[in-house]
Amino acid sequence: MKHVMRILAAGAVAAALSVGAAGAAEKVKVGFVYVGPVGDHGWTYEHEQGRLAVEKAFGDEVKTTYVENVSEGPDAARVIQQLARGHDIIFTTSFGFMNPTLKVAKRFPKVKFEHATGFKRAPNVSTYSARFYEGRYVIGLIAGKVTKTNTIGYIASFPIPEVVRGINAAFFAAKSVNPTVKFKIVWVNTWFDPGKEADAARALIDQGADVLMQHTDSPAAMQISEEKGIFAFGQASDMIKFGPNVQLTSIIDNWGPYYVARVKAVMDGTWDSQDTWDGFGPGMVKMAAFSKRIPEDVRAMAAKARDDIGAGKLHPFTGPINKQDGSPWLKAGETASDSDLVGMNFYIEGVEGSLPK
Amino acid sequence: MELAVLILQGIIVAPIPLVFAAIGELVVERSGVLNLGLEGMMILGAIAGFSVALDSGSLVAGIAAAALAGAIAAGIFGILTQVLLSNQVATGLALTIFGLGLAALWGQGYSGESTAPLAKIHIFLLSDIPIAGPLLFAHDPLVYLAFALVAGVAWFLSKTRAGLILRAVGENHDAAHAIGYNVVAVRMAALLFGGACAGVGGAYLSTVQTPFWVENMTAGRGWIALAIVVFASWRPGRVLVGAYLFGGVTVAQLHAQGFGIDIDAQYLSMLPYLVTILVLVLISHNKARVSLNAPACLAKPFFAPS
Repeated sequence: MKHVMRILAAGAVAAALSVGAAGAAEKVKVGFVYVGPVGDHGWTYEHEQGRLAVEKAFGDEVKTTYVENVSEGPDAARVIQQLARGHDIIFTTSFGFMNPTLKVAKRFPKVKFEHATGFKRAPNVSTYSARFYEGRYVIGLIAGKVTKTNTIGYIASFPIPEVVRGINAAFFAAKSVNPTVKFKIVWVNTWFDPGKEADAARALIDQGADVLMQHTDSPAAMQISEEKGIFAFGQASDMIKFGPNVQLTSIIDNWGPYYVARVKAVMDGTWDSQDTWDGFGPGMVKMAAFSKRIPEDVRAMAAKARDDIGAGKLHPFTGPINKQDGSPWLKAGETASDSDLVGMNFYIEGVEGSLPK
Repeated sequence: MELAVLILQGIIVAPIPLVFAAIGELVVERSGVLNLGLEGMMILGAIAGFSVALDSGSLVAGIAAAALAGAIAAGIFGILTQVLLSNQVATGLALTIFGLGLAALWGQGYSGESTAPLAKIHIFLLSDIPIAGPLLFAHDPLVYLAFALVAGVAWFLSKTRAGLILRAVGENHDAAHAIGYNVVAVRMAALLFGGACAGVGGAYLSTVQTPFWVENMTAGRGWIALAIVVFASWRPGRVLVGAYLFGGVTVAQLHAQGFGIDIDAQYLSMLPYLVTILVLVLISHNKARVSLNAPACLAKPFFAPS
């Protein structure tokens, strides 16, 4: 039973705030700030699944609230501040919410904040992220093997370390199994604009890409791939409904266990500021079922890579790797440190084009 | 060469939602009403078109439903602003926010579904001409409807009596009223037309360009269409120029990146907006020019003398 209350944010951008039923004061109140709509079938959808997992785990002991479609600008600070009055813990689930989160956190020292994919912390601000690049490594392997034109199209959102890391991981893996592979990278400068994502997908396909990867949030590219009959990988959620014949697999974000653990920590009074970065191992990143259209041996190779990474036996960035300009980054056998990965702002050798600033 | 044709084909199709929305809004503004609810009407058209097309299996029914949904939303706006005389700017913004919310609610059961896109036409022989065939004679019918609509509006405004009356109402509603025209009725008719156009523009997105429904899928195109009307300085022909500048630059810059041409995409994305600002400055730098271009009664409330 939920009352849904829609509060209208002033200005051109509408932010819809839906609030669970007002309950007893001792409930732990959990707020979520989403960058897109909960029905995006991608990034925000999976955070919403995490919120539902929290509700399922604690039932009447929690009250959750979410605000969707919050743009990464001044609106964000306003929304977070609104939530800070009256919530115990707030999850802000987009990179661009980093500074607004810290700003508001300073003013509300008793409220706990959890910022996804950021790198700045405070006594009451934790950060958490998933090692999506582990998934990107696996799809890179598959892409390198299945491409016939040796051209992989990559729809990228913004040139932040998270996205750059994904490109590098996928390219490094693809190159390791197919030395002639090329990546065509198109930056769309948005996380969510189905029309533009579709246009980017069409452009890449027209230019000869026969496998598409995306780091944007809507299933538009998957659908265009289905229409044109070329392979694609889903992002954040399983997008099989949009590409039943062409999705090879999908990198799935699985936030539920983390959200449940952190809300539990608030209940127990054991919450502290920390930095969490989990991958296949603890299950924060998962792969959707591998398509039957991937050749048997490639499927086995991808599954092995996934399991080895999860078990800590394989690091997606294992040297020797040079930077794009040819300068050495990792020596033979050396693996990338987390600090290198967190701030990654360079392409590795072989990626074409220059990184937008 | 083949690639160039593919790129041009993409450029021809991409701005179609903008053309529909902007040409409708142009008629509305020429009648003296500013409807900022374009984004809301487009998104309602998108969900109406998609849901009806999916449930009935007929894209034509979907497009008709989208036009109807847009017109109903515009009708509500019309009653509020023309009959009850509410502020047009505030009401328009409210319509956008209302439309986004209602469409999200309406679309809850439809996310994850998909329809087949509208078939492209194929004209015997003509479509098979190299280069010109695929560029001119092989699109879906709505592309041709959009162009026909622009031509029709241009003809209507400049060559017909009804168009003259509509412009008179937009330029000076008191005078139009004094000589016996029903200002409110003219404006309501313009609004309904504008709403229907915006609805079809939204449906083009959800049934042709990306045949699925996700919340917020118009992603600001309503606002761009509003800018295009200003860019076009309220002339139908220039709406096409504006829409193709906005839409064409977007597609062209995606291709440029794919080719590895090293230009910052942000500058190209900015370009159409810069041009709009430039046009605004140019047409408003002296009073005579302003009155030549903008409808004189734009966004002014009309109090019928009793």
